Amino acid sequence: MPINYYIFLAVALFCIGVAGVLTRRNAIIIFMCIELMLNAVNLLLVAFSKMHHLALQATNPNAGIDGQLFVFFIMVVAAAEVSVGLAIIAMMYRNTHSVDVNFLNRLKH
Amino acid sequence: MSNLVYLVPLFPLIGFLINGLLRKSLSKSLTGIIGSGVILASFVVSLLIFFEVRKEGFTPVIVNLFDFIHVGNLSIPFAFQVDQLSVVFLLIITGVGFLIHVYSTAYMHEEEGQHFARYFSYLNLFVFSMLLLVLGANYIIMFIGWEGVGLCSYLLIGYWFKNIDYGNAAKKAFIMNRIGDLGFLIAVFWMVSQFGSVSFSQVFAKAPNTSTAVLTGITLLLFVGATGKSAQIPLYTWLPDAMAGPTPVSALIHAATMVTAGIYMIARSNILYSLSPVTQTVVAITGLATAALAATIAIKQNDIKKVLAYSTVSQLGYMFLGLGVGAYTGAVFHVMTHAFFKALLFLGAGSVIHAIHNEQDIRKMGGLKKYLPVTHITFLLACFAIAGIPPFSGFFSKDEILAAAYEKNHIYYIVGVAVALLTAFYMFRLYAMTFQGKFRGTTEQEHHLHESPSAITIPLIILAILSVIAGFVGIPEVFMKDSHALGNFLAPVFAGSVSVKPIDTTADTQLELTLMAISVAVAAIGMIYAWARFSKKPELGEAHGFGKILANKWYVDELYDTIIVRPLNGLAKFLNNVVEKSIIDWMVNGVGKAVQYGSRQIRLLQSGQVGGYVLLMVISIVILFIVELFLKKG
Repeated sequence: MPINYYIFLAVALFCIGVAGVLTRRNAIIIFMCIELMLNAVNLLLVAFSKMHHLALQATNPNAGIDGQLFVFFIMVVAAAEVSVGLAIIAMMYRNTHSVDVNFLNRLKH
Repeated sequence: MSNLVYLVPLFPLIGFLINGLLRKSLSKSLTGIIGSGVILASFVVSLLIFFEVRKEGFTPVIVNLFDFIHVGNLSIPFAFQVDQLSVVFLLIITGVGFLIHVYSTAYMHEEEGQHFARYFSYLNLFVFSMLLLVLGANYIIMFIGWEGVGLCSYLLIGYWFKNIDYGNAAKKAFIMNRIGDLGFLIAVFWMVSQFGSVSFSQVFAKAPNTSTAVLTGITLLLFVGATGKSAQIPLYTWLPDAMAGPTPVSALIHAATMVTAGIYMIARSNILYSLSPVTQTVVAITGLATAALAATIAIKQNDIKKVLAYSTVSQLGYMFLGLGVGAYTGAVFHVMTHAFFKALLFLGAGSVIHAIHNEQDIRKMGGLKKYLPVTHITFLLACFAIAGIPPFSGFFSKDEILAAAYEKNHIYYIVGVAVALLTAFYMFRLYAMTFQGKFRGTTEQEHHLHESPSAITIPLIILAILSVIAGFVGIPEVFMKDSHALGNFLAPVFAGSVSVKPIDTTADTQLELTLMAISVAVAAIGMIYAWARFSKKPELGEAHGFGKILANKWYVDELYDTIIVRPLNGLAKFLNNVVEKSIIDWMVNGVGKAVQYGSRQIRLLQSGQVGGYVLLMVISIVILFIVELFLKKG
């Protein structure tokens, strides 16, 4: 499949993720949107790695492996970040009894 | 001896410091002794220096005290110049000054201890400054003295500081002096740029090789300074107001010494003036105009000191006329004789004022000759001298100036003689209304009339003797060969000018005697007429008609008020209200307001809204991307 289709999909997913982070009130939904952004990047990396593999298959059977390796790293980071983020959300819930980020402006007072 | 010349100003400086710093603890007699004693010491040293200068073959001595200013190529040492001109002035200043100090010990006797000492400290400071002025070997030291005497004039005119009018008179004197000083300073700067030096010896040596335009500019600016200091048109109105000060101050500062500083300066710079004929004409005409204007005002004044003040302005005009026509010796001669008889007139007026308990209006005097005999005789002698009656001193000096004026331009002579007529007239009007006729004051005052103590009368007698005989140092050549002793003495100082413009000594003897006879006759007419008229019928009422204009001083003060003082005040108000309040304050306060506004807007960023923070982050990342990928490449 032409690489453009993958690029459009990844960009679309990324933009949806950004829009979600900016506009949603529920903290858990914001997290899901962050995950969505990360996964969009993962998709892009894998697509390009496959493109490189198909192009360089003849010379090097392991070509294009870097993209997929980097995806692993991103997933590890995402996992760590989720654990920390959910811990923060749990504390936030304990203090304000809701997961609405707009209530966080109480720090002002 | 001349290398000890620094002692001459040093003694009065010490007197100033002692009387000034210890004024609350010294007794009045000790203050008087210190104050007068230091001037006597200076006089003795001046006399010794005079004997040395008189010797044959004396050349001017420059005594370097220390390096005052040394910047690049410009070197201005603190140096004194001892030569014939400065020694003449030294004798006048210290001699007349000493007499006035002695007089003041009795005149100011009613003052409280610390104010008495303050008076003497200011007077000593004044003598110190004046001595610096005449001894300086360059224009800067002269200027230090010049400013110093202006300051002391302010301090002494406003001596009775509790009276706001006296304070205003003091301010007026100082401010008008300063206006003149601006001209002086610009001339000095020009000299530095033109000659690279302000020392007399260097400037006068380089002067003949300088363009006339430059010299004319410099001399005109110096003359502006002289108009302020020596009360010529247009800066003369401070002198009559300066009569607010104690009478001995008027005698010393505004008759004998400070106001002659301008004449000294021009006499010292005679070579510069002889090389600038345009300036000389300006000087002569200004002097003549001032002499005439002041004389017309004096004939209608009723305050004894005001008449003498305008008389001073008028006589100074004569001196400037003399300088303007190149009669430098004549002008210095007139300075000397004027110092004697004008100081005598002022001190005599002081004696009169003291006797009538501070009444100064001559319409309330009269017939004082039998109560104040010594004052009367000395005052009369001074009146003869100032009117120019031979053989009194005034005749010789005035005549020398008039003869030189005739040779320059007949009109100068005619106006000069007219002024001499007015001089005789107003002086004898003053004399007659004060001493002749019947006493017009209260009987209370009449009972207290008595002659002043000897501390007052002895200086009067000494000055009277000087007013009578001082003329004989300047007997004109027509009477005797080589008889003008003062002229011969001062010849080396004015030699440069004589070489530029030789004085025609082959003038017709017949002509000179005729001129003399005319001026004497004119003066005698004025004298006899005034004496006769005002003894019988003193002018008691208020003036009217043309006399009113004269009594109101030709409304010059009002003119200055309208064209200078009011616009200046208006400008100051405008600057205060518009520029200061609206513009500058607005800008300064505006900066503060802008900072406050800016910080208010920036504070809104910290909303506490998480969504807002994330939005900012996203926008910043996008901008960074654009800058990195697109703008940097371009």
